[in-house]
Amino acid sequence: MTATAQTAITTTISGWGGYPTQDAQVITPLSISAYKTHIQQEEKVIARGMGRSYGDSANAATVLQTTYCDHFIAFDTATGLLTVEAGLTLRDILKVTVKHGWFLPVTPGTSFVTVGGAIASDVHGKNHHVAGTFGQHVVSITVLLGTGEVVTTSPTQLPDLFHATCGGMGLTGVILTATIQLTPVKSAYITQKTIKAGSIEEACEAFEANSSSTYSVAWIDCLTTGKHLGRSVLMVGEHSDSGGLDLAIKAPISIPIHTPAALLNSLTMRAFNGAYWTKVAHNKTQTIPLLPYFYPLDAIGGWNKLYGKAGFAQYQFVLPKADGVGNMRKILTQIAQSGAGSFLAVLKQFGPANQNLLSFPIEGYTLALDFKMSPSVIDLLHRLDDMVADMGGRVYLTKDAVMREASFKTTYPKWQEFEKMRQKYGAISKFASAQSKRLGLA
Amino acid sequence: MKKTLVIGATSAIAEHCARLWAARGDALYLVARNEERLKTIAADLKVRGAAQAHSYCMDLNDMENHADMLDAAEAAMDGVDTVLIAHGTLSNQKTCEQSVGETLAEINTNALSTISLLTHIANRFESKQAGTIAVISSVAGDRGRASNYVYGSAKAMVTSFTSGLRQRLHKSNVAVVTIKPGFVDTPMTASFKKGLLWAKPAAVAAKIVRAIDKRKDEVYVPAFWWTVMAVIKLVPTQLFKKL
Repeated sequence: MTATAQTAITTTISGWGGYPTQDAQVITPLSISAYKTHIQQEEKVIARGMGRSYGDSANAATVLQTTYCDHFIAFDTATGLLTVEAGLTLRDILKVTVKHGWFLPVTPGTSFVTVGGAIASDVHGKNHHVAGTFGQHVVSITVLLGTGEVVTTSPTQLPDLFHATCGGMGLTGVILTATIQLTPVKSAYITQKTIKAGSIEEACEAFEANSSSTYSVAWIDCLTTGKHLGRSVLMVGEHSDSGGLDLAIKAPISIPIHTPAALLNSLTMRAFNGAYWTKVAHNKTQTIPLLPYFYPLDAIGGWNKLYGKAGFAQYQFVLPKADGVGNMRKILTQIAQSGAGSFLAVLKQFGPANQNLLSFPIEGYTLALDFKMSPSVIDLLHRLDDMVADMGGRVYLTKDAVMREASFKTTYPKWQEFEKMRQKYGAISKFASAQSKRLGLA
Repeated sequence: MKKTLVIGATSAIAEHCARLWAARGDALYLVARNEERLKTIAADLKVRGAAQAHSYCMDLNDMENHADMLDAAEAAMDGVDTVLIAHGTLSNQKTCEQSVGETLAEINTNALSTISLLTHIANRFESKQAGTIAVISSVAGDRGRASNYVYGSAKAMVTSFTSGLRQRLHKSNVAVVTIKPGFVDTPMTASFKKGLLWAKPAAVAAKIVRAIDKRKDEVYVPAFWWTVMAVIKLVPTQLFKKL
């Protein structure tokens, strides 16, 4: 038991993509009351949780690491109302709540994210078309403002702050605690149906046809071209009614070191995709435990290291529903021609946008894929940014590492309103990340 | 349902042990100095499944209050089956070298307060012929080194004391588990550069909880530290002093 209220170390940090890196002073406050001191002592800070955003949104010269603020505060097993400190991970939440019959109303593709990060990114899941974003299930949050004041905000209490903070990339203040309404489940299993779609057009039709399904997502083969461009396997899911509430948690196997990125070349992957396509059965229904269904990659700790030391960029964009299919074909063609994209991508359908100022989803189709980082990839991503912007879409800030200021300000038209809120609540020149600087936020 | 007393409950290692016990539905009695953090942890452990999570705020250097604290724990949980003693400070070696007062204060916190607690607990468990006493010592106690011999010598005292206590209590069905962690990434070691030898508190806690379940005698966590320390202990003093 040391008496110090914080712990600090200087080290090199990066997002999950490993690009870009930054030398940073990492301060890890021991309790939520200790953050205030650091806000007052340090010039500019950004809160950092699990470091699972891909780019530089949690990079800064000084970061406030939330590791030790990972406590449950209250959980009502009768109503599913959960209050936690923002450094708690979704995985830790599930370990406690699923056995009582409560699941996250919205979850991203990894459980290794903090609640604070989920709110700051206003994450979405496979059920966006029916449930919206994570922030839409947040009942209230407490936020430490740049002034040192801790305020409670909700859709009805300081709603302007709430809608700037949900999706606000940590730029309005430090999210200290959150109250979330969980969703009831009868089982720790998902009943999944797989549907094969021979092209991007068929895939989007399949999404439409299955829009009443709670969960839907497609794995899309990025190596096929022409008629079969966008060949996909759509997976739709519903919470099962049987199987019990045991989460059956397993420790991940771990990738300890960076592997030569050459292992993931287009020949091996073309073979993999072909084999996978052949193996998958159309219209097959199976029951899968929650964790492998929602978080397949969580079973492999450190999978990001498979891309080698240079790191990778994950690129996720959304295109509006109108002309969405045709536009998606244009972008997929561009990516296939570049030969630089990952062999698999994830395609999802989004429901309507919410009122959070910087929240990513708009109604339409979203695609996410990886690019092994290189200078030519940055150029490619800038070209894609322009195409996406011209089509009325936008790129997900949580994955972004390279977007230029002009693209951001064009595709996130509420950025000025966001800056006004930051001004009003004392966040300007107090909370900043490498990303916010790059995107031209004050 | 086990009834466990956690002394130094805000230490990262102790807190992670308590989370594992809470998930099993055990009753927990938490003792630490920082009231705010103690309350936070108690509330957290209840949500994680602890049947009970009591908190008791005290500075463990107030040794005259140890018996009262133990009475309170026994009263609150209707007895105590297991005790984990985990409190401590990582002494600043350089400061200690220049100050007798600092040195003795560190010895007081890391050795004498633990020995006071152990003396009380040993007699209570001996009289009921049951119980498990686990103590966090350290690999630093295996051989004094220039970089941290004040902390190390305090831990050496704890290791020796528990060794003798284990022998004494063996016939009374009381287990004494001496835990020797290596480098663990906790607030106590925040200023250290972390490398391959470092372990996370959650992983270390899982091994400690298993060692307590099995009523082991002495455990290095992670286990490879047994080998490391075996080698370090073998280095001849003639050579060791020059390293």
